[in-house]
Amino acid sequence: MNEIRAEALKKYYPVYGGIFRRIKGWVKAVDGVSLKIRKGEVLGVVGESGCGKSTLGRVILRLIEPTGGKVFWDDTELTALSSSELRKFRRKMQIIFQDPFSSLNPRMRVGEIIEEGLKIHRIGTPSERKRKVLELLEIVGLPSDSVKRYPHEFSGGQRQRICIARAIALEPEFIVADEPTSSLDLSVQAQIIKLFMELKEKLGLTYLFISHDLNLIRVISDSVLVMYLGRIFEYGKAEEILENPLHPYTKALISAVPHIEPEAKRKRIILEGDVPNPASPPSGCYFHPRCPSRMEICKTTYPPLKEVNGRTVACHLY
Amino acid sequence: MNSKNFSNEDLLSVKNLSVTLKSNLGKIYAVRNANIQISWGERIGIAGETGCGKTVTALSIMRLIPPPPAHFSGSIYFKGVDILSLKEREARKFRGKEISMIFQEPGQALNPVFTIGSQLIETIRLHLKKPKKEAEEIALELLRKVGIPDPSRLMKSYPHELSGGMKQRAVIAIAISSNPSLLIADEPTTSLDVTIQAQIMELLLSLSEQNRLSMAVISHNFGLLNELTERIYVMYAGFTVESGKASDIIKEPLHPYTKALINAIPKKGKIESIPGNLPDAKAVISTCPFLERCPQKMDKCHSIPPVFTIDSREVRCFLYE
Repeated sequence: MNEIRAEALKKYYPVYGGIFRRIKGWVKAVDGVSLKIRKGEVLGVVGESGCGKSTLGRVILRLIEPTGGKVFWDDTELTALSSSELRKFRRKMQIIFQDPFSSLNPRMRVGEIIEEGLKIHRIGTPSERKRKVLELLEIVGLPSDSVKRYPHEFSGGQRQRICIARAIALEPEFIVADEPTSSLDLSVQAQIIKLFMELKEKLGLTYLFISHDLNLIRVISDSVLVMYLGRIFEYGKAEEILENPLHPYTKALISAVPHIEPEAKRKRIILEGDVPNPASPPSGCYFHPRCPSRMEICKTTYPPLKEVNGRTVACHLY
Repeated sequence: MNSKNFSNEDLLSVKNLSVTLKSNLGKIYAVRNANIQISWGERIGIAGETGCGKTVTALSIMRLIPPPPAHFSGSIYFKGVDILSLKEREARKFRGKEISMIFQEPGQALNPVFTIGSQLIETIRLHLKKPKKEAEEIALELLRKVGIPDPSRLMKSYPHELSGGMKQRAVIAIAISSNPSLLIADEPTTSLDVTIQAQIMELLLSLSEQNRLSMAVISHNFGLLNELTERIYVMYAGFTVESGKASDIIKEPLHPYTKALINAIPKKGKIESIPGNLPDAKAVISTCPFLERCPQKMDKCHSIPPVFTIDSREVRCFLYE
């Protein structure tokens, strides 16, 4: 794989209403998102809850069928493959979920959990698979006697390590990590993030890293995509966006993060209100009711994505 | 010097507190030796990893852990009253009135089958003994105070109709309805987005400043503690291992655990992890609790270090003997 590309990706969910349960409208969870991740890169996706981050991750893997748009794996269009053709690609892409408590089967032993993917794809003999499982446990830093134990015997951080071992068992090239550390403690989070970065170097992985923690995104990502109600607000190099955000929403997100540096005096932009209901987004720019620098035009016209200094921004200011 | 005539004494003083819980797997040493002081109007933070005893300390102050089967030693004095020796009936009088608490999950703190209004009015009538009409007016005023745009509509809303931030505002309104002297906030923003977290932080800060309300904020987010509190206590394995001014602790941590914890915060592209795990809560500890993971351990560390005082800071580590 050299790159993964999404073009005008859309996922709409119908909203039913009335006595005949007719379709009343649509929730546009992902609405025209285009992106490109090169081999070995990490794309960080940020935004508030309900902005479509997780849906985007799942649609790219075709765990959810998109309503429109295309996903390319190099020159292969993933979105056009039949399910049997897609299966060949399945082992090359994996996902790691937010909650390591609900993403591991409590009735399976850890060894079985990690081995399952290998079995399904008929890789190796049983003894080769056993050896592979032990090897994987060592890579993620778990003792080899974990094989016979059950998920409930492990702490949150250790469970996330099991999830990572399972995800890398099939030697994937692309991993979607959906808030993999948000349920973990600070010190454990640091351990897991280090593991992610080590594995990326060792195995040449490419990540789509979903998080709402901007400090974390700064540590791990090469580029950043800021989403709001299913649309791209700002997309470009991580350093540039985090050091010098252009979109008022990105600015507010960054300034909202509490700081440990006492010098960084509070010049906080506090957004009013919540994310609007995605079933009935505001007219014009989706962000205008909360935007500190809104103009007349923002109330009526949705701003197109524009190239500004090598990044993409959707805002009338530019 | 302050309106509530209790000037010299601390508002809250927790001394050598230990809490042992019983489970079917044996004793759990949830809190081993915690020392916390809060002055009138002061905001303190309690930091540390999951399972280090932050929440159990807070619940003990609220007397929300029933004495048997739990075993307490040490003391908790609030406004000069020995909280641990109170009878349950007496404890109920000050719990929620003198000390209130808000929790991590605002959704779970609210009863799903009653409206916000009725839950708020219930608390006001119980603690302030006001008639219904008057309680209703106080409720509306409180909701306005916590920054809810349309209070009269919110009074008739059920919890599921509100967003996370609105629910937390409603919970805060209930918590401050009885004019408490101390508000304990247990990870008040962990389940919220950063933008909403910023709103709730501003709200807590302004409530504390306007009403001279003391606060104990439990969090593992040092950024939040830095901006919200004046002093920080760091807990590890049931011990308070370090305390001092928030900015001092963050800029110049003394205890090796605090140092490691501060380095684990992702910043400017760097992140440091702490090797190893917390000691087992079921084990009796007779060494420094951080011994296993400490990069600066010495021979002395095989006994439990006492608390050493350096200027205005306290640290439980032999390096500062």
